[in-house]
Amino acid sequence: MTSVLSHQKDHEHEEHGHDESSLKIFGFWIFMITDLILFATLFAAYVVLRTRYNGGPTGEELFSVPIFTTSTIILLTSSFTSGLAVLGLKNGKVNNAVGWLIITVLLGMAFVVLEITEFASMVDEGASISTSAFLSAFYVLVGTHGLHVSVGIVWMIGAIIQLMRDGISEVTTRKVNVVSLYWHFLDVVWIFIFSVVYLMGVM
Amino acid sequence: MLENVKKFASEFFVTGNTLIYAADISIVLTSLSIVFALTYFKKWGWLWREWLTTVDHKKIGIMYLISSLLMLFRGGVDALLMRTQLAFPNMEFLNSEHYNQIFTTHGTIMILFMAMPLMFALFNLVVPLQLGARDVAYPFLNAVSFWLFFFGAMLFNLSFVVGGSPDAGWLSYPPLSENTFSPGPGQNFYIWGIQISGIGSLATGINFLVTILKMRAPGMSLMKMPLFSWSVLSSCIAIIFAFPVLTVTLGLLFVDRFFGAHFFTLDGGGNPMFYINLIWMWGHPEVYIVVLPAFGIFSEVVSTFARKKIFGYKSMVFALVSISLLSFFTWVHHFFTMASNTVDAFFAVTTMAVAIPTGVKVFNWLFTMFRGRIQMKTPMLWMTGFIPTFLVGGATGVMLAVAPANFQYHNNYFLIAHFHQVLIGGVTFGFFAGMYYWWPKVFGFMLNEYLGKWAFWLWNIGFYVTFMPQYALGLMGMPRRSYTYGWDMGWWPLNFVSTIGAFLMGAGFVFQVWQIVYSIIHRQRDLTGDPWDGRTLEWSIPSPPPVYNFAVIPQVEKQDDWWYKKQNGSHRNKAVKYKPIHMPKDSGIPFITGFFWFVAGFGFTFEWVWIGLSGLIGVAVSLFTRYLQKDTDYYIPAEQVEATESAIGGARS
Repeated sequence: MTSVLSHQKDHEHEEHGHDESSLKIFGFWIFMITDLILFATLFAAYVVLRTRYNGGPTGEELFSVPIFTTSTIILLTSSFTSGLAVLGLKNGKVNNAVGWLIITVLLGMAFVVLEITEFASMVDEGASISTSAFLSAFYVLVGTHGLHVSVGIVWMIGAIIQLMRDGISEVTTRKVNVVSLYWHFLDVVWIFIFSVVYLMGVM
Repeated sequence: MLENVKKFASEFFVTGNTLIYAADISIVLTSLSIVFALTYFKKWGWLWREWLTTVDHKKIGIMYLISSLLMLFRGGVDALLMRTQLAFPNMEFLNSEHYNQIFTTHGTIMILFMAMPLMFALFNLVVPLQLGARDVAYPFLNAVSFWLFFFGAMLFNLSFVVGGSPDAGWLSYPPLSENTFSPGPGQNFYIWGIQISGIGSLATGINFLVTILKMRAPGMSLMKMPLFSWSVLSSCIAIIFAFPVLTVTLGLLFVDRFFGAHFFTLDGGGNPMFYINLIWMWGHPEVYIVVLPAFGIFSEVVSTFARKKIFGYKSMVFALVSISLLSFFTWVHHFFTMASNTVDAFFAVTTMAVAIPTGVKVFNWLFTMFRGRIQMKTPMLWMTGFIPTFLVGGATGVMLAVAPANFQYHNNYFLIAHFHQVLIGGVTFGFFAGMYYWWPKVFGFMLNEYLGKWAFWLWNIGFYVTFMPQYALGLMGMPRRSYTYGWDMGWWPLNFVSTIGAFLMGAGFVFQVWQIVYSIIHRQRDLTGDPWDGRTLEWSIPSPPPVYNFAVIPQVEKQDDWWYKKQNGSHRNKAVKYKPIHMPKDSGIPFITGFFWFVAGFGFTFEWVWIGLSGLIGVAVSLFTRYLQKDTDYYIPAEQVEATESAIGGARS
């Protein structure tokens, strides 16, 4: 396995003059720029429409401090555990890395479930996406982030499967690094949602 | 039961119009004959293996080219229908509803399903060859991009026969495009068709940006890179910053329509103006995205056919990049009448500023031609035809940028004439020049010059006959998007002339098709690989290039490297030792992913949620399968490379 890998690597250096892993990671950074612009546009929508309550409930009436604080703690912790997984990989410990990735996935699922229950209870209170422009912007911004987290969960499961199947290789190292980069990115976006949507909403 | 089926069919299929029935019949007949031909000649396996599953950038480029020419036909027929309706006052050829649908699909198809894929065709066909690379950075993703474009375009075109076409204009402004005023699937077709192909475009932008930054042959520093590749780079930068905004804008409009949200509605606190800002934050960069590569093409063509190094290379690079950046600061000039004075002033100035780098480029092209030994081959003909057209188009652009005057031009035929002048005279002429220039490289045979010249003159003369009268019509007050007018307006002579011009351009297109068919039959092969005596790396390899492009990656020393190597004779093949070449494997997953996107888009268009969701699940499953795949590449053995090279080399010498 190792010999095949190093053989391939030699070829890549000779034939392409570039390293395939670094090429893919570079492309992923560019992808994150586009995703950042996507979120920036949604934030713009939220900021433009955040006071358009249309006689419906305001953020102050809807947001529950314990719930969104819990969400934040869960997501920040999951970012930390995904970092530990990368560290485990660097030290050559497959099981350790797999373990931390599984914990990250579970925390991510907890975050998504919490978000769904939050949304469901808001809709129960009569605050749905069609109630006001403010709520439209809220659901779409926060929901898009939640959707990204869900995609991240599936993605990370894929990385775990490969790590268990193939062990540590150049390819699996790259894949774990990339998915963890994505996970940190979602964490950063959440910090902005936490500040702009929730904190400013209840203040 | 039968009643229910009848009722469903009458709503599902577009009915009640002879033109559409005729089109239905021809679509069914064409599809049946394609299926029959493929079955009769036992070509299904060939189609799947060679084309539908390919990740080779050259083949993907050819598929983009064919699709975009088909879309040019469809968009062109739309244009001729509109011009026929407007040829005389009070014509009853199209009714108002049908006319609305046609101007909507004409605009959308021409920009998004004709200009964009024609541009991506040239990206794919040329950029890796110009850079001395074996493929793009992500060949698999490149195939995904193509199939997203293809299925997005098919979904959009389906609206013609099923469910009804969108009719709210090519940018689908709310509140008109909201559920209240446009119920039914038409607008959803628009949203999903563009959304799906737009995601593909975004991926292409990332792909070519990385290709250009990371895959250049050794020695080719950025400032030695051919100008077409520079123009692609600046276009990709704009794609990366603009297309996510489009994704969000269309997404929000769909959320409004599907979930009853209030982003752009008149009630519930929504704001339609917000949509107009967002869509032009994408839309204005979008027109520069398509025109920048055309500038690159002209730079290559003028330098090759004037047989001179391009004049002012550095200022060309500077101009390309600054246009790409300026494009993000001009969007409000599309709705000066809605903004405040200070805002208008800012955007008027930024818009006029675009004329500076553009002017620099025009002078550079002229100085390149100055004292050159110019050969008037078809690509150069389109180049020279472009300069006066673009000059007038640019000048009227600056006129439109003057905010107070713009209140007069707003939404009348002056504007229509202006943007057709830059989009046809700039973008389309540019892509045609590129198509003619690189055709022998891609297909390995020459196009007939005589028919090509007829096509050019019909297009060029037809262009002026169509659009010069429209400037005057605009100043006479004829509003855009009006489906008819009365005798008392005094507009009919100019409209009639304009219609004649449109048919001249249509004849030009017929000549192009004739030229291609004629050249396929009377094939004149290009055995040199360098029929124009070119300057850049793509001309250093055989036409058409082998699957791996370069048997040995070239070492670049200068700008126009191939030209200089030819000058000092160092281009002749020395004895080389071939090495195994690392290549990506073909895959059916991109096609399948695109197909599932189509299913998803179709389901959500008709608000059949289960079909939509199963399409999305299909997309996720196919991409997940790919993610777990290990066996994705292979090596071409050195002996095989040697055999291929000596076979081609034998043919060349």
